[in-house]
Amino acid sequence: MSPAPLLEATRLTKHFALRRGLLGRRTDIVRAVDSISFTIEAGQTLGLVGESGCGKTTTSRMILRVEPPTSGDIRFEGAPLAALDREGLRHYRRSVQAVFQDPYASLDPRMRVAAIVGEPLVIGQRPTGTELRRRVRELLDLVGLPERAGRLFPHEFSGGQRQRIAIARALALSPKLVVLDEPVSALDVSIRAQILNLLHDLQRRLGISYLFIAHDLAAVAHMSHTIAVMYLGRIVEMGAAAEVALRPKHPYTQALFSAALPLDPGGRSEEIILSGEIPSPLTPPPGCRFHTRCSHVMDRCRRDEPPLHTESGRLVACHLYPQGEGMRTTASR
Amino acid sequence: MSAAVIDVRNLKTHIVTRWGTIKAVDDVSFTVAPGETLGLVGESGSGKSMTCLSILRLVPRPAARIVGGAVILDGEDLLEKSEREMQRIRGRRVAMILQDPMSSLNPVFSVGMQVREPLAGYHGLSGRALRSRAVDLLASVGISSPASRLAAFPHQLSGGMRQRVVGAMAIAAPPRLLIADEPTTSLDLTIQAQYLRLLEELQERYRLAMIFVTHNLGIVAKMCDRVAVMYAGRIVEAGPVEEIFRAPLHPYTRALLESVPRLGESAEWLTAIEGQPPDLAALPRGCAFAPRCPRVMDRCRAEEPPELAIAPGHSTRCWLHAPA
Ligand SMILES: Nc1ncnc2c1ncn2[C@@H]1O[C@H](COP(=O)(O)OP(=O)(O)OP(=O)(O)O)[C@@H](O)[C@H]1O
Ligand SMILES: Nc1ncnc2c1ncn2[C@@H]1O[C@H](COP(=O)(O)OP(=O)(O)O)[C@@H](O)[C@H]1O
Ligand code: SF4
Ligand code: SF4
Ligand SMILES: [Mg+2]
Ligand SMILES: [Mg+2]
Repeated sequence: MSPAPLLEATRLTKHFALRRGLLGRRTDIVRAVDSISFTIEAGQTLGLVGESGCGKTTTSRMILRVEPPTSGDIRFEGAPLAALDREGLRHYRRSVQAVFQDPYASLDPRMRVAAIVGEPLVIGQRPTGTELRRRVRELLDLVGLPERAGRLFPHEFSGGQRQRIAIARALALSPKLVVLDEPVSALDVSIRAQILNLLHDLQRRLGISYLFIAHDLAAVAHMSHTIAVMYLGRIVEMGAAAEVALRPKHPYTQALFSAALPLDPGGRSEEIILSGEIPSPLTPPPGCRFHTRCSHVMDRCRRDEPPLHTESGRLVACHLYPQGEGMRTTASR
Repeated sequence: MSAAVIDVRNLKTHIVTRWGTIKAVDDVSFTVAPGETLGLVGESGSGKSMTCLSILRLVPRPAARIVGGAVILDGEDLLEKSEREMQRIRGRRVAMILQDPMSSLNPVFSVGMQVREPLAGYHGLSGRALRSRAVDLLASVGISSPASRLAAFPHQLSGGMRQRVVGAMAIAAPPRLLIADEPTTSLDLTIQAQYLRLLEELQERYRLAMIFVTHNLGIVAKMCDRVAVMYAGRIVEAGPVEEIFRAPLHPYTRALLESVPRLGESAEWLTAIEGQPPDLAALPRGCAFAPRCPRVMDRCRAEEPPELAIAPGHSTRCWLHAPA
């Protein structure tokens, strides 16, 4: 048997209660994340894609323990988070770090860069002054910033450089997993490749894992080993990045990747334009949640929710692919 | 080419900032014919939006000023018009769609009121005729059950629907020129695909000349006939999309095309563009791209390259292509 994955989420669920109506007497439930299961292997990248509101950020917030799950569990190095003691939780917090979209908002403008990058060390390990300076220099070097950058303030840097600072800070405690929520979308096109290359290089050198969330599907496919596609709080397809990106099986994945326009004037492959809007996660359609926009919809799609099952070497939740050869991996509700 | 709807000649727009005067739009020229789409690409701050705002004479005053050139719409120079005349041209002859639909919609008025206003203004409609045209207009931008949406307020619509309403207002006249400044950047991918399809349909129906500003080279490939690449306020390369994607002339265009990850290509490393985007307040002498250019020569740091016509309709500003 292979060793336990770095992180394993099982039937992870987050429902938000929204108070509505006069005096908040009515409550509606937003099913932001609804019973999703996935693993992140050591040294690998899981890409999470799907349209806004499908639950990507909520998923990452549960992993970062900013948001407690409604149900389901997360295991880290085999141990369930719910059962960790204080020391275990401290270890987890150090091991899982994040880099967010906006490098302008995520750095304290009044702190010098060296203090920003060193802060997690100071809080977590109380190193001596010399040790701290050495480590900060090392971290800045790791992300390609000169040593003198440490003496400057964030506003003295460009967007791409600020994102490097945010990455250096995230790496300070030698994490095993870094959550990257849209790490390059606020950056100039000409800078994105620098940062993607840096992240890739860090993964190779340090063996860290990433949870990579982005709207740019080609970037996700480039960075990820595995891709999970979410729709209205559910994973509808998950598998090896190249398979999902180039040979998608689920009709939603097919439409999504067909909307990622190739850099190829004239030579368009057939385009899938979905009709209709993304339904509200307050009232997800019954049966298959995608059935209101699916051009292959059948009667049973409106009635029965398709479970994720193995199909052509990946997991797909769609009635077009009869179950049988594969194993059911999630229980349908 | 006299058939052009819009003919921008040597347009210059300067902005006075704390760090000095910057040339946000520096000697920009292009034309767009009826039914044609020109893509305007380049990094943040390269002057794409300022170029569009200059055409409409809506640059932020008093800091920004159009200091030179001509903006010829169907034979008339808009830079010579009075502000009153411009008010009749905006929306009616040149319409604009922006990234954020809420910057074009008024949150306190219903969709019906906002769509009726330009229809009444441009076509003198009122009463039942006005209402039925408003319904038709909403239907033409793909809003389902349009009659019942007239009473809705913008906040009750999704982002994609709001942008459709903005599209409806933009084609109410219909205009001769439609400027779309990153119209789909705030939309989800599948909604973006719907909206791009809509713009194509509208353009075909009204033979609109279109300027499409975007960072997304995939959108350029899909939507545009010609493309102008901007860097530090200048157009550094312009030409037919197919030619530019197949054989880019300017090192910046080439680097941009190479740096973008592509589906189906499993290269381990992306070809990154080194260095930082230019600071318009402190441009180097000579070619603005020189500090990042892999092919920089001595001459590039001394003299600014002029616009060089390489093939019919294809030009670049780069010393590599100067005749020896
Ligand atoms: N109101 C303003 N005051 C001062 N400078 C401005 C103002 N608006 C724009 N600028 C400057 O003018 C230059 C061109 O800006 P512009 O908005 O045209 O860029 P852009 O190419 O549209 O960029 P983006 O891709 O970010 O939309 C930039 O250097 C910008 O900082
Ligand atoms: N704190 C919250 N309270 C109520 N609803 C929330 C909250 N956070 C997220 N949601 C809702 O949960 C759904 C998933 O959100 P999110 O995870 O942010 O999606 P994504 O990151 O994929 O765009 C959305 O419908 C969102 O509005
Ligand atoms: S289950 Fe039915 S509605 Fe859902 S994606 Fe498959 S075919 Fe379409
Ligand atoms: S002029 Fe020189 S520096 Fe500028 S793009 Fe051409 S080769 Fe590079
Ligand atoms: Mg999000
Ligand atoms: Mg702009």
